[in-house]
Amino acid sequence: MSILSKSRICPETGLFFDDQAEKLIKWNAVTGVVFLLVGGLFGVLMALTRWTEVHILPADWFYLLLTAHGLDALIVWIIFFEMAVLYLASSTLLKVRLAAPKWAWLGYWLMLIGAVITNVMVLEGDSSVMFTSYPPMKAHPLFYLGIIVFAVGALIGTFCFFGTLVLAKEQKTYEGSLPLVTFGALTAAIIAVFTIASGAIILVPTLLWSLGYIAHIDPLMYKTIWWAMGHSSQQINVSAHVSVWYLIAAIVFGAKPLSEKVSRMAFLFYIFFLQLASAHHLLVEPGLSSEWKIFNTSYAMYLAVLGSMIHGLTVPGSIEAAQRKKGFNKGLFEWLRRAPWGNPVFSGMFMSLVMFGFLGGITGVIMGTEQINIIMHNTLYVPGHFHATVVAGTTLTFMAVSYFLVPVLFRRELWLPGLAKWQTYIYAIGVAGISVFMMAAGTLGVSRRHWDNNFADATLGFDYPAAAHMFLALNGISGLMAGLGGASFCIIMVGTILWGKKKSDVPASAPAPAPEPAVHQAGSAGTIAVPGTFVLALIFLGTFILYYYVNWKYLAEVWHLS
Amino acid sequence: MTSQDNNTPDGEHEHIPFFQRMMDNPFLLLFIGVVMPTVFYILWGVMEIATIPIATY
Amino acid sequence: MAIHPPETKIWWKEPIHSIEIWWVLIALVWSLIMFVMMPYWHIYGNQNLSNEAYRVDPEYFGEKVEDMVKKYTIREEGDTGIPVVAPPVGSDVFLLARLWEWYPILELKKGKEYRLHLSSMDWMHGFSLQPTNINLQVHPGYDFVVTVTPTESGKFAIICNEYCGIGHHTMAGRMYVTDK
Ligand code: HEM
Ligand SMILES: [Cu+2]
Ligand SMILES: [Cu+2]
Repeated sequence: MSILSKSRICPETGLFFDDQAEKLIKWNAVTGVVFLLVGGLFGVLMALTRWTEVHILPADWFYLLLTAHGLDALIVWIIFFEMAVLYLASSTLLKVRLAAPKWAWLGYWLMLIGAVITNVMVLEGDSSVMFTSYPPMKAHPLFYLGIIVFAVGALIGTFCFFGTLVLAKEQKTYEGSLPLVTFGALTAAIIAVFTIASGAIILVPTLLWSLGYIAHIDPLMYKTIWWAMGHSSQQINVSAHVSVWYLIAAIVFGAKPLSEKVSRMAFLFYIFFLQLASAHHLLVEPGLSSEWKIFNTSYAMYLAVLGSMIHGLTVPGSIEAAQRKKGFNKGLFEWLRRAPWGNPVFSGMFMSLVMFGFLGGITGVIMGTEQINIIMHNTLYVPGHFHATVVAGTTLTFMAVSYFLVPVLFRRELWLPGLAKWQTYIYAIGVAGISVFMMAAGTLGVSRRHWDNNFADATLGFDYPAAAHMFLALNGISGLMAGLGGASFCIIMVGTILWGKKKSDVPASAPAPAPEPAVHQAGSAGTIAVPGTFVLALIFLGTFILYYYVNWKYLAEVWHLS
Repeated sequence: MTSQDNNTPDGEHEHIPFFQRMMDNPFLLLFIGVVMPTVFYILWGVMEIATIPIATY
Repeated sequence: MAIHPPETKIWWKEPIHSIEIWWVLIALVWSLIMFVMMPYWHIYGNQNLSNEAYRVDPEYFGEKVEDMVKKYTIREEGDTGIPVVAPPVGSDVFLLARLWEWYPILELKKGKEYRLHLSSMDWMHGFSLQPTNINLQVHPGYDFVVTVTPTESGKFAIICNEYCGIGHHTMAGRMYVTDK
């Protein structure tokens, strides 16, 4: 090991922490949480504004904060946290120092500076263009520059991840193949490279255009390439949070993948096909052929969906196997009933898994069906769907793992553990609410990114059905609840860091069980059946098929188009 | 794809099946992961947009 | 464990439990069914978007709209006197989007086909026909041609559902469908 690097072994978990990597994980994660707090607050204000009877923000502030919410919650919070995940999955899990920590710090600062620049531009009010910033609508040049700087920082961090993989291989700090979690993180990193490259291809010319050096940016071209970044960045999230599910299954249960081969193949499907789905956003655009739309929106025959459905079985399946091995063998579901529901690391992860699958996954595939998109595009169905993926899925998972990581990294005990127990539930219910109610309103045609549900200032007015207003009110209430849950999370995290009881360095009997010897030894799969998980998976499939065809039925009822 | 790999010169890789070796190579995966969407999504898409005809009605 | 390298060096050859194999197969079949549904609907379904689109100069498109308005206006509506246009069945019908209105108001006949052309004069807009709930993207510089056949009669609204600046939420248009 390099002479320069200091490191420690966590007495409680046995995890290896390189000094620099540890600091970077801390700073990235904490900075992410700060932006989550800001973004979440804006989210609540928006949910209250869309509540017809409450309608608290004026129009300009609504669009301004909507732009900031999208940027801060979707991009800044998540990518910062993902940097932490990448460093953890490489340096810590491979027991090697971080490659090029100075570069990693440069990446961190660029991300922070970029995020701040873009935020300032948005808050100044002349860049309320939404985070998608479709031309010919123009933002302040610094708006684009901030995003570019942020992306460059993220790219540097991603390369440090790759460098660390190389270093670990050279120094032989591990034997054989990468751990599955690291392989999942690698998937995320690969997608990140494509994401950021696409972003550069489109945002650099757009910046030049906003400065007046380029006369024209083709809106259709922009939208196509922009989504190669915008959607792929969501696929970074999916890969990252699925990896974290495996991580949590391992640290909470000592679970071992049912089969390395199957789980890795599922990630491989992600690497090959997941990014094609950027076409989800272009299904009702002029000029792109149905062939292009169908091939890309279906991830080449839904092979990435296959990957997700595999993870949907193997993550809970590995937990079931571990639990059965411990003796929770009664019936189909004793393993699940006897899981540590009071531990936010587990409860958050498991609710995230269920909601990502049932609410986010199913609706995403349906909305991404070429023709069905016609009855959903740009309605509130879209934000409803992605709050189930990126909030219930990614954000909740990252919250869950923070309950494990923050005490370990800062050597402090969790502050307000009683609240922490409930926090994941409050947040999950709130988020389930905003997802479902926005989708419900969207089914009734309510537009996304829209300030006035009553069209009061329109020359030709229109009334949404009464039920739509009811769903928007329920969305507002759920938004308050999600806001409460989100704020509790931030308070617990900040409190833990500042005021949590310092842990002694003596190994204590920790709440998060130290990884026991692997649950089953060689030849994993042959040993344990996971009937409970299989039944859950079949219920999932049944729901999926039913809801899928319900939507074809809805589609069949609209005007004929050809 | 199973026993054929024995004759690999590199001692470290002997016996390791082709697919496993592919999945153990981050940079090969990076290459595929970038080329796939670049070709099928970006290049194909951009070509279609670039060839949209001009209105002549 | 997933946080350690695989225990078996050659994990590729580890046996796989039948539950996993079954699930992979079931999920694969379902994936293929979903894939086939899209081409299937192109052949047997009634709601498909055409691949017909043109690059068009906004001014040229505007002239097309004006031609149509001159020929087929039947009345005016709203405080600003927006023309209501009833173009012949089967004809090319032009609808333009601009900050912040849809122009003109169209009056179509139920059960008849029209070639609807959509384009924008300025920024991107979103064509959202309510309460039917048909949503299409409208770009400046591109003419999107969709053949529509209204299947119900009545008064419909066209909401802009792509954010188009501070007046976005005032951008609502209208369309009529008559029985005969
Ligand atoms: C307290 C929690 C949250 C609430 C109440 C909330 C609520 C909302 C609402 C009401 C909208 C606007 C829908 C519209 O009118 O189009 C919205 C948009 C959005 N939200 Fe959230 N949200 C929350 C958290 C998050 C988080 C954690 C993320 C990302 C990880 C996120 C990502 C987004 C994005 C990307 C948009 C779309 C912005 C746009 O259309 O430009 N939200 N959210
Ligand atoms: Cu508009
Ligand atoms: Cu608009």
